[in-house]
Amino acid sequence: MLSVFATVLRRDLLLAWRRRADVLTALGFFLLVTSLFPLGVGPEPEQLAQIAAGVMWVAALLATLLSVTRLFESDEADGTLEQMLLSVEPLAVIVLAKVCAYWLLTGLPLVLIAPLIALQFSLSPQETGIVCATLLIGTPTLSLLGAVGAALTLGLRGGGALIALLVLPLYVPVLIFGAGAVDRWRAGLDVDGNFALLGACLLVSLAVAPLASAAALRIAQD
Amino acid sequence: MSEPQSSAARLPGAPGFNLFHYASPQTFYPLAGRLLWPCWLLAAALCAIGLYIGFFVAPTDATQGDSYRIIFIHVPAAWMSMVVYLAMAFWCIVGLIFNTRLSFMMSSALAPTGALWAFVALWTGALWGKPTWGTYWVWDARLTSELILFFLYCGYMALQAAIDDPRRADRAGALIAIVGAVNVPIIYFSVKWWNTLHQGASVSLTAAPTMATTMLWGMLVMALAAWAYTVGAALLRVRAIMIERERHTDWVRQLAQGGGSRT
Amino acid sequence: MADAADTPMLSARALSCARGRVRLFAGLDLAVRPGELLQVAGGNGTGKTSLLRILCGLSEAEAGELMWRARPVREVRDDWKAGLLYLGHRNAVKDDFTPLENLRFSAAIAGEALDADRALRALVDIGLRTRLDVATRNLSQGQRRRVALARLLCGTRAALWLLDEPFTALDAAAVAQLAGAIAAHVRGGGAVIYTTHQPVDIDVPTRACVNLDDYAC
Repeated sequence: MLSVFATVLRRDLLLAWRRRADVLTALGFFLLVTSLFPLGVGPEPEQLAQIAAGVMWVAALLATLLSVTRLFESDEADGTLEQMLLSVEPLAVIVLAKVCAYWLLTGLPLVLIAPLIALQFSLSPQETGIVCATLLIGTPTLSLLGAVGAALTLGLRGGGALIALLVLPLYVPVLIFGAGAVDRWRAGLDVDGNFALLGACLLVSLAVAPLASAAALRIAQD
Repeated sequence: MSEPQSSAARLPGAPGFNLFHYASPQTFYPLAGRLLWPCWLLAAALCAIGLYIGFFVAPTDATQGDSYRIIFIHVPAAWMSMVVYLAMAFWCIVGLIFNTRLSFMMSSALAPTGALWAFVALWTGALWGKPTWGTYWVWDARLTSELILFFLYCGYMALQAAIDDPRRADRAGALIAIVGAVNVPIIYFSVKWWNTLHQGASVSLTAAPTMATTMLWGMLVMALAAWAYTVGAALLRVRAIMIERERHTDWVRQLAQGGGSRT
Repeated sequence: MADAADTPMLSARALSCARGRVRLFAGLDLAVRPGELLQVAGGNGTGKTSLLRILCGLSEAEAGELMWRARPVREVRDDWKAGLLYLGHRNAVKDDFTPLENLRFSAAIAGEALDADRALRALVDIGLRTRLDVATRNLSQGQRRRVALARLLCGTRAALWLLDEPFTALDAAAVAQLAGAIAAHVRGGGAVIYTTHQPVDIDVPTRACVNLDDYAC
C-alpha cells in the first residue's frame, strides 16, 4: 500500500517534470489574478492590505479549480485509469498519491509565492506569515475536494463550468476560515480558532475525499 | 440491476406490508398516481387556511408593521429547502445501499422543488430585507447559507443533466448530494462564524422572540402546505421520470396502450 | 487436482449488458477453465469490449451473475482482481516515459513488483531493443502496443488474461510472438479470453468461442 503510494507519487512528479511548462499555468494564473486587483480597486496601501487575504484566497481557490480538472484527464485518455481501477491496491490510496503530487506541483508553489504577493498588497510581516500559514493548511483541502469534483465530471461536456458549480460551494468553509484569519488578527483577536478549524477541515477531507473520489472514478468508468 | 423488482415478484401474495413491494417503478407508479390528488387538495386547503391566518388573523407586528407577514411564506420555504435536501441525500443513501432505481429517481424528482424553495426563500428574504434593513441583500448568515444551498441544488441538477447514461447520472448525483449534505452544517456554521466576525447584519431573520401564537400557527399551517405541495410535485415528477426511463419495458407499453389511465 | 482443473476460473451466468439506453446482449453464459482459450467473437458494436469490461469488473452488468473459481465475485473480490490481467484498446502508456519506465510503472500500479532486469528482457524479447531509452511519443503505433503487451512477457501472477484486440497494429512477427506467449500461458495452466478481428493461429489444445451475435437483442 505504501509502495504503490510512493510509486504513483513519483510517477506523477516525474511526468510533471517531463512536461514542466504545464505545471506553471496555475501559478501564473494566481500571480496574474492577484496583480489585477490593485489595478481594479486602486493602489491605496491601506485598502489593499484590507482585501489582501481575501484576494489571495479567492485567487488560490480559482487557480486550484482551473488546474484540478486535469488531475485524472490524461490517465483516463490513455487507459492508465482503467489499470488503476483494476489494481489490487486500494484505489483511494492511488488517488491520494495523485492528489499529493498535484498539491506539491500547484498548491505548494502558491504558498511559496504568497509572501511576494503579500508584499505587493502592503501586508505586515506578521500578516504575511498568517496568510502563508493558512494557505499551507488550506490548499491541500482545496486539492482534495477538487479531486472529488474532477472525478465526478471526468469526461463530461462542459466539465470546467460544472466542476466550479459542484466544488465552489464546498470551498466556502475553507475560504472563510482561511481568509478570516488575517481579519481577526487585524481586529486584535485570537487566530488559533481559524487554524484549528482549517486543520479540522483538512483532516475531514483527508479521510473522506480520497474515498469519494475513488467511488466517483468507478462510477465514471462504468 | 433489478434486485428489488425480482424480490417483489418472488413474494406475490406476501402477507403484511412489504416495503420493497413499492420499491419497483411498476408497482409504485399507480400508487403515486393515487396519492397525487390528495396531496394537491391538501396543499391548496392548508395554503388557504395558512394565508388566511397570516393575513387576517395574526396581529400586526409592533416594530415591523405588516411587512413581517412575508414570514408566512419565507420561513416555510427556508425550512422546506433544507428538508428537501436532506430527503434527497436520504434517498441517495438508500439507493446506493439497496441498489434501488426508484430511490435515485425520487432524489432527482425532489431536486427542482428543493431548488424552487431555496429560490423562494431568497426572493422573499430580499423583499423582506428592503423595508426592514433598507436594502434587498444583506450578507446575513441565514441568507448566505441559503444561497449556497441553492448553488448545491444547481450543482446536483447540472451534474445529472450533463451525464447521458442514467445509471452514471444517478450515482454521480448521489455522491455529490451526500457530500453536500455532510457539508451543509459545516457551511452554515462557518458562515455564521464569519458573520459574527464582520458584524454586517446583527438583525436576524427570525422574528421577534415574543411571537404571537397565531403567527406560529400560521407558519406551521403554511409549512404543512409546503410539505403537501412538495410531496405532490415530487410524485408527479417521479412518475414522469419512471415513464421516461422505463419506456422500453412491458409495463410502460401496457400503460400506453391502456389509454394512459391515471392509476 | 482434477477438481481444480475442472472448476471454471471465471464463469458468468445469464449476463446482460446495456450501454446507455441500448441493450447489447442478454442471457449470456460462459465459463473458462484453466488451460482454456476463449475467443469472444461478434460484429462491431455487439458488446465485445463491454463484455470484457464486465468480466474484469470495470463495468457492472445490467443483470446476471459472475463467479470467480465457483464463488460469487463480490465475496472474493481481492482474489478475482489479483487473478486478472486486462489489456484494453488503450495502451495505458505514457508518451513522456521510456518503454522501460512505462512497463515498470504499470506493473507497480497493478501491485506487482517487477525488477529492471526482467522488464528489460521482456522489452528486448518483444523487439524494442533499439528503442529502450526513447520517449514513447517517438514510437510507432505498433511499437506502443508492444510496450503494453510486454506486461504479458515478464511473468505476471495473473492466471486469467483478458485481452481486447491484442493483435491490432502489430506486424506479423509480433503477432506470432504474442500468439506464442498466449499459447505458453494457456499450456501452463492459465486461461485467456480475447477478442480479435483477424484470424490468428494460436497453438493450444482446447479452444472455445462465444459469438455475441447469438445473444444480441
